[in-house]
Amino acid sequence: MLRIRNLKCYYGRIRAISGVSLSVREQELIALIGANGAGKSTLLQTICGLLPSWEGEIEFEKNSLHGLKPPEIVKKGISLVPEGRLLFPPMSVLDNLKLGAYLRYRQRDHENVGKDLEEVLELFPVLRERSRQAAGTLSGGEQQMLAMGRALMARPRLLLLDEPSMGLAPFLVRLILDVLLKLKERGMTVLLVEQNARAALQIADRGYVLENGQIVLEGLSSDLLADQEVKRAYLGKDYREFYDGRE
Amino acid sequence: MQELLQYFFSGITNGAIYAIIALGFSMLYNATGLINFAQGEFVMLGALGLITFWRGLELPLPVAFVATVAGVSLVGLVLERLAIRSVRKPHPIVLIIITVGASILLRGVGMLQWGKDAHSAPSFSRLSSFELAGATLLPQTLWILGSLLLIVLGLQFFYKKTLTGKAMQACAISKRAASLLGIPSERMVLLAFALSSAMGGVGGILIAPITMSSYDMGTMLGLKGFCAAMLGGLGSSWGSIVGGLLLGILEAFGVGFVSSSLRDAIAFILLLLILYVRPTGILGAKAVQRF
Repeated sequence: MLRIRNLKCYYGRIRAISGVSLSVREQELIALIGANGAGKSTLLQTICGLLPSWEGEIEFEKNSLHGLKPPEIVKKGISLVPEGRLLFPPMSVLDNLKLGAYLRYRQRDHENVGKDLEEVLELFPVLRERSRQAAGTLSGGEQQMLAMGRALMARPRLLLLDEPSMGLAPFLVRLILDVLLKLKERGMTVLLVEQNARAALQIADRGYVLENGQIVLEGLSSDLLADQEVKRAYLGKDYREFYDGRE
Repeated sequence: MQELLQYFFSGITNGAIYAIIALGFSMLYNATGLINFAQGEFVMLGALGLITFWRGLELPLPVAFVATVAGVSLVGLVLERLAIRSVRKPHPIVLIIITVGASILLRGVGMLQWGKDAHSAPSFSRLSSFELAGATLLPQTLWILGSLLLIVLGLQFFYKKTLTGKAMQACAISKRAASLLGIPSERMVLLAFALSSAMGGVGGILIAPITMSSYDMGTMLGLKGFCAAMLGGLGSSWGSIVGGLLLGILEAFGVGFVSSSLRDAIAFILLLLILYVRPTGILGAKAVQRF
């Protein structure tokens, strides 16, 4: 569905991503993990057209995304839940959701938008309770749900998420990941960027490990979860496993 | 008492005009974060355009009104398209200086087109002025207040009820977020320019019958509108109205009770005061706190 070949991204003269290749097949849930500054967010922003200076090839459903602006990419069926959520704080929860379907309202698809709104509110019941409240007054977890709901309102075929668990309590992280699994069952394709590597790999089909702008490891998530190198660098546990018994 | 009421009437007449101009400033500021110092020139184009279409070409008033507003907003569109969007590094200060340049250009064009002489237009309705509690009320005042009310209601409807209005607000809050939802921010900026210049045009049309219109009338009116917007709180519709009316009334009282040479000073004294005491304007505090 999404195929990236030898992607290089630049911020001015600085190269943030140097030669990344990855692919996402239909109805897959892919986790992209890596430390701060590895280039994860850059990669997502490039796919969405926010970062215009890149080389290489990004194909979505066999069409190149070269030179497309964010609105055109949304039209093609890719939505991003951005890092930091980027809600519209003074506007109501309902208005935020409706703006998510802006392009579909423009295509006079009111009936289906209404259905999807109902579906999103079902997925996140707390948003229904707060639908008239200003988005800025929601708690962090609720804001994240709103950001996801808003992206879903565009009815994407590929959903990109940039650190949805950031700053959330563990049970909220669980809740959000459960929603992702639910979406996957309904046929959504998901590319998930996470620092919370364990949580991400537990629900993902496959994973990629990004380091200094390059993919250093890829494979089934179960393999990655068991991989010594990943364990040491990203799962951050089991120091004892490494050092016990060596003394 | 009678005198007071008379000053009050003339104050709200001018104040409503300032409010309409301030609404134009506020709308553009809301959508783009930009202050358009050519706003006053749109008022001039509105006034002189009406005189040309209505008196010169002898079109019926409603037709002349629509033609003038359309013409002025077209000028706004062209300004955005040619001078604003083509800037490679759109720092706010660069853009603001571009609008100052545009105002000088428009004034020059106005002088070439309409000459240096002042023009006048008759009142919209044939009604003669009538007395209210001993003071004279011009029918044009009612036209102006009615238009202000219509514009405000229209704006409220646009922002609160229409998808385009909400999308425009969304672009103002975060261009990045809006574009990720598929909202074309360039088109929203273009629309904001068209609407705000149309509002300037309407201000000019309304003021044409009660003042002499000339190519250089826009500078002072634009600055007064800017003062009104700052006074009420830049970006707030109700603030623009409060600021405009307050400025108009204080100006009228200052002229009436102190000295007519104070007229233009009052606006700027108020501007300085509000910048010292409450830089967000009377109704502007909320807008600043919202993030």
